[in-house]
Amino acid sequence: MSLLEVRDLAVAFGRTRAVDGISFTLSEGETLGLVGESGCGKSTTALALMRLLHGAELHGSAIFGDCELLRLGETAMRAIRGAQMGMIFQDPGTALHPLIRVGDQVSEVMRAHLGISGEEARARSLELFRKVGIAAPEQRLRAYPHELSGGMCQRVMIAAAIACSPRLLIADEPTTALDVTVQAQILELIRAISRDARMAVILITHDLGVVAGLTDRVAVMYAGRIVEVATTDRLFAAPGHPYSRGLLGSLPKLDSGWNEELPTIPGSIETAAGAGGCRFAPRCPLASEICRNEPPLMAIGEGRFAACWKAS
Amino acid sequence: MTGKLVEAIGVARHYRVGRGRILRALDGVDLVIDRGETLGLVGESGSGKSTLGRTLVGLQMPSRGSVIFEGQDTATRERAVLRLLRRKRQLVFQDPSGALNPRMTIGATLAEHLRVQGWGRQAVRERIPEILEQAGLPSAFAGRYPHEISGGQRQRAVIARAISTDPDFIVADEPVSALDVSTRAQIINLLRGLQRTRGLSMLLISHDLSVVAHTCTRVAVMYLGRIVELVPREILFAAPRHPYTAALLSAIPVPDPPRERMRRRLILKGETPDPSSVPSGCRFHPRCPMATEICARIDPEMKRLAPGHSAACHHSDEVPALMSKMQ
Repeated sequence: MSLLEVRDLAVAFGRTRAVDGISFTLSEGETLGLVGESGCGKSTTALALMRLLHGAELHGSAIFGDCELLRLGETAMRAIRGAQMGMIFQDPGTALHPLIRVGDQVSEVMRAHLGISGEEARARSLELFRKVGIAAPEQRLRAYPHELSGGMCQRVMIAAAIACSPRLLIADEPTTALDVTVQAQILELIRAISRDARMAVILITHDLGVVAGLTDRVAVMYAGRIVEVATTDRLFAAPGHPYSRGLLGSLPKLDSGWNEELPTIPGSIETAAGAGGCRFAPRCPLASEICRNEPPLMAIGEGRFAACWKAS
Repeated sequence: MTGKLVEAIGVARHYRVGRGRILRALDGVDLVIDRGETLGLVGESGSGKSTLGRTLVGLQMPSRGSVIFEGQDTATRERAVLRLLRRKRQLVFQDPSGALNPRMTIGATLAEHLRVQGWGRQAVRERIPEILEQAGLPSAFAGRYPHEISGGQRQRAVIARAISTDPDFIVADEPVSALDVSTRAQIINLLRGLQRTRGLSMLLISHDLSVVAHTCTRVAVMYLGRIVELVPREILFAAPRHPYTAALLSAIPVPDPPRERMRRRLILKGETPDPSSVPSGCRFHPRCPMATEICARIDPEMKRLAPGHSAACHHSDEVPALMSKMQ
């Protein structure tokens, strides 16, 4: 049974289509990685699902449980956002309100959605702070965001996002602003929470290492489209789309030969082709005549899909 | 030519941050970089790696200690010497957008850099297409403004500027972390190619161990203003001897799903302390899984363990056992 079913989602800002017709599904308790480079539309996808994009035109459909997220009124959406769908952002420093104590920011979510008293919300916040591994939680409840480190703020964000036990957590580059040793702590926390609460997660990142350890399936995005979807193991073992292959190939490996020339993808994302043909064609080593027609996402094996005429 | 090119001796950089508190960005660093060597410098934010890089190229003066370049102490006021030192030591910045003047064309930026170094107009005109080409940019890019080119191309322009004066030593401070994954490899290849063809010495600063491991022969690991381990590349992954290095290695996600799921990690407690209140004894002891009583009292010295390998830890003999538990 799928928890979220996205069909032909497109997000347009005026004439620009940041997301241009993507489809994917997410099962209960599943962790899906959404990978791609800046400007590929991965964050826009998340914000569109949370209905946090103002002034954007949304097309297609996104069924969450039994709601059509894209056509929900603001009041109805408010009841879902924060309660059934939680989100954590890249920069915890700016995502938290600077003038409200962090404990109150977490309590507020529960008071709004669960209709519990202030006292009970405070007690539950304390419990949540313990759960997300905040040291000295009693004192930290009364702290302001600037008094906490980046890693601590991200833990507060996670506490707020999971306060109402959402069925879906969207994490948009949750560790990009953090140091590696802190990143390891936060990833471990997300892993444990999603496993224990059987919460589905959409993890948005550009870091293929993070994806490898945390996700069940991965969707690779390029220039507003999904170019490949596969189980994480499959994607890393045998990437089907030339772009995925290029991305994985260009990573320096910890144990690769020293000082070897790294394989590269020529050009940059600015050289993506417009609509009509395959957007990756100008940078693709396999491009030929047929690539002038836009390839749809096609099955290339069990549970593997790639938008490429030449995918194997 | 081989031998020492750059040497830091007891380099410290302290800042007063009010109420009598002192922020120790660098707190006694000894380091030698040989001619033609690429040394990697890793550490987390606040470890002092950028401050060290800036100090080695002379953008900042040390509060204590000295930086020796080609056998000469760089703490001089002689203008001719300073100018020469500036020509020979260059910096490549993390954010190429911030490192280029948005109101100047790439060509004008390069020309200014050369003119300051005393190049004549004609020589500058001839030089610009040459260095653009070496940095992998078409010569027509001299007429472009930074906003008209991509992030990777901007970083190429910054690199072109750095190599334009024929330096002997380049500090590349997180040269790829602001770039997209697909352009990163291009820039790493460019730096690596330049380093080889010109016999440059390079200090490559990065928080990404895989980038450093790929390009460097030796790696220095920094924590709170000190180098805690200096290790040849091939030993770094197999047999580090400082627990912080072991923790860094363990924390890095590797793009290999089955291995990543199997890994047992050494997850450190807490975060890097504020460099204005450095812990007593070994500065890593509050987060260290192996810390004992001595660690809180006595600041460990850098100990030489093997040729080219040293670490500052009282318990460096026990690190291999810690590593084997993590596999």
